[in-house]
This record gives sequence, C-alpha cells and structure tokens, in this order.
Amino acid sequence: MSKKKRLWGIFLAVLMGAISMAVGFSIQAGEFTQADLERWDREFMSVVTEGDKLFHSALGKNQVSCDQCHPNAANTHPETYPKFQQQIGRVVNLFEMVNWCIENPLEGEPMLADDPKMVAILSYIHHERRGVPLAPGKH
Amino acid sequence: MTMNRRAFLKTTAAGLIGAALPLRLVKVAFGADSPAQDFTFGYISDAHIQQIKGTKFVRNWDMGLIRAVREANLLTPKPDFFMFGGDLAQLGKKEELDHGLEIMSNLRGKVYYVTGEHDYYLDLGEYWQSKISPLYYSFDHKGIHFVVLNSILTYDNWIHKKWDAPMDRMLAMARLDNPDGSPFMVGDDQLAWLKKDLEKIDRATPVVVFSHSPIQKIFKPWNFWTEDAEQVQALLKPFEKVTIIYGHVHQIQYNQIGNISFHAVMATAWPWPYPESYTQLPNCLSKLTVPMNRADPFFERDATGWQYIDLDKGRTAMRYQLPDNTNRTVAYSTQDGRPEDLTYQEYRNRIPPQRHY
Repeated sequence: MSKKKRLWGIFLAVLMGAISMAVGFSIQAGEFTQADLERWDREFMSVVTEGDKLFHSALGKNQVSCDQCHPNAANTHPETYPKFQQQIGRVVNLFEMVNWCIENPLEGEPMLADDPKMVAILSYIHHERRGVPLAPGKH
Repeated sequence: MTMNRRAFLKTTAAGLIGAALPLRLVKVAFGADSPAQDFTFGYISDAHIQQIKGTKFVRNWDMGLIRAVREANLLTPKPDFFMFGGDLAQLGKKEELDHGLEIMSNLRGKVYYVTGEHDYYLDLGEYWQSKISPLYYSFDHKGIHFVVLNSILTYDNWIHKKWDAPMDRMLAMARLDNPDGSPFMVGDDQLAWLKKDLEKIDRATPVVVFSHSPIQKIFKPWNFWTEDAEQVQALLKPFEKVTIIYGHVHQIQYNQIGNISFHAVMATAWPWPYPESYTQLPNCLSKLTVPMNRADPFFERDATGWQYIDLDKGRTAMRYQLPDNTNRTVAYSTQDGRPEDLTYQEYRNRIPPQRHY
C-alpha cells in the first residue's frame, strides 16, 4: 500500500473512531431519566396553566371569554379533530375552530397555529379532556 | 220561565248538596282558599346583559333578551304574568341592570323578578332591592301559592372575605368553573321565613317555587347545586302538588323527587354544556332529562330560548320556545307521577342532536 493510501486509512480510522464516540455519547443522552420526565411534564403544565388563564380572559374586543360558554373547556370536543366542520364546509383542525370563536362570539383577531398563546389554549383544552379516546371526524 | 230542565236540576241539586256539606268543604269552596285554576304565565331568564364600555353592551346577549321579549308579547291569549328568572346582568353593574330593565320594559304585562348570583354579588343586592324587587317573597294567584326564593346566597365567611374590591367577589362568583367558588344556598333566615310562610297554606293548595339555583345537588363544580336543598324540600314535603322552577343552568333539565317536580328554564343569552361533557368529574343530573339539542355556535341563538308555563290542575307544563329548533314541551304526567317530554321521553324517540358527550 502506498504511503498516501496508508495515511488516508489512518485518518479515516481516527475519524470513524471519533464519530462512533460521538454517537456513543448521543445514545447516552437519549436515555432520559425520571427527573427528565418530571421536568418536561412541569414544562407542559406551565403552558396548560397559561392556557387556563387565557381561556378565562377576554381574548377579543367585547369582554367575552371562552369559559362563558365552555366551563372547564367542556363542549369543545378536542378528540374529534380534525373533522368535517359542517358550518365551515371543510375538514378543519381544532385551532381553526378556536380562531372562529375568537373572531365571532369574542370579536377578536385570529392567531397563527404556532402562536404561543394558541399553543397554550390548545394545551389547556386537551388537558381538560385527558383520557377521552381519539375520535377524529366525529360530529 | 225560560230555564231549561237541565239548569233547573243543576240548581236544585246544588241547593240540596249545599245543605248537606260539612262546614270545612264550604270554606274551601267559597273562602280564602279558592280552588286552583288553570292559567299560563311566561318565563324569561338568564339574560346576562354585559357591558363592554360606556353605553356599549355585548350585542349577542342583548339580542337574546330583545328577541324573547318580542316573542313573549305575541302570546295569545296574554299570559297572566311574567317571571324573570335571574341573572339580568352579567357583573351586577347598575349600567347592566338598567340596560336589561330597559329591554324588559317592553314586555306587556306584570313581571315578578327572581335574583341571580350575577345580579347580587357586586353590591350584595342593594341596587336590585332598591330598583327591581325584594330578594324573596310570596304571592297567591288563582288558587296557587307562589314563592320566590333568593337561592344564590353562600357562606358568610366567603362573602365577607378580604376582597380587594367588590368586583373581585363578583368575578369570583361569575366564573362558573371557579375552583375557589362557594356553593349556593337559601340560608337559615330564609328557611325560617319559608316555614312560616307555608304554615298558612292548605296542604291541597298547589305550590310553585321560583328559584335561581336548582334546589337539588346536580353538579357542584358549576354550582348546579343548592347546599341546603334537602331542607327546602323537607319544608315542601307536606304539600300534594309542588313544582320548583329554576334558572342558572341554561339548559333543559327536569326531575321528580318525592312530591316535587323540578324544571329548569332556558337562558336567553347562551347555553351551558351538560355536566356529562366535563369528563373529569361525575355528576348527578337526573336520567329523566331528555337534553336539549347540542348548540351550533354558528347560529348565535341556538340552544337559547324562553318558555311559557301552563298550569293544569296545579301541575306545570313547560313549553320551551327554542329559536330555529323544534319547540319542546315537558309536562307532568299524572299517569307516571313525574314530568315527561311529550315527544322524546321514550328512548327510541330520541334524535342525534340530543346526544351530548
């Protein structure tokens, strides 16, 4: 084997070694712990709490809040989305119905799907409906 | 003499019977306790007039009350009187109560008022009593004894907590799903008053009680609840025909507990979900209730409405007026001894919109 090829071989071997060490470290990082689970749950619940506050506040121009028609987010049926929303005339996601309510009975401005406020509201709605099986499409 | 044979016999028989009647029966027939008559009265409830700012109010709730008043004025023949079932205002403000009264002033007929928590908790009923109505009282009409209760009181130590402002107390009571709320009750003073009030009433006289809270224990998290319900029911137990009509729940509900028929009235403002829709907690809504149709939010008056109530031999028939929905009638069945929906009571007659989940 030529000197050049041998050097390349050694270089590649070292590189592979380094990569496998890096991969080895990331496999260790993927072993999340009970403490991680609790931390991530707290993070989620803090967003749920934020959504709870928003759900019970005036999101539009007329002082009306979501909970006036939906105490404890009841009658929102998040487990049924996406579904054919007959009044809109097409299949929609939950956030679109939330926006419909904000625009119409609450006389406010719609939010983007990934707006942190929308994410918080959706988190609260889903949390209050925990345990109910998915039933997408159900009217 | 043109009197026919039948009329002659009638008069003679009456005369003979009159001579033989024991004194007590004569008193019942001709005395203060006149026999109960059949008549109709209207019932509008839960208007929740809500101020946005200044003279601007939430148009949606205004329209609910305006429509109910307009439709109620069309009833023919005219009902004997109207009830307003409580929650005229949303946050108990003078502006809201005044705006509500302005709309109610178009109603053609005498109106009796029941207090709701949304009317009461800002100033503990001060403006209500000065301008609208006493908080609890009774009256007699065509042989029926009517009682109006203030059934949205609560524990004194909650009412007199160190609130930053009266509006904080009002907001706490206004929020239906408030985890730091306090249960409704009639309270000892009113129980004592009710006991005394009922003492003079004959056991055969039909009694109709108007209340904002249900005088039952249905679902505590949303205050579909009266803490001293059993005590109120016990005071009414000796009477043959008792009906309790209540607001607050914004949906069709009905029940029979012993001798008492219970009926909820519709809200003009907006519907509440049925307690079964909150899956995290159990509820005690009577299985007798055939629910109203599920609300379609795209029609803003859907699952709202008002009602007129027929009294038939001292029993009630609720005639629910439901905008753009088939009207419903829930009437006392003498055969089954309980209220029943005239169309949908049997399970096989139910329709898909009545399925709530």
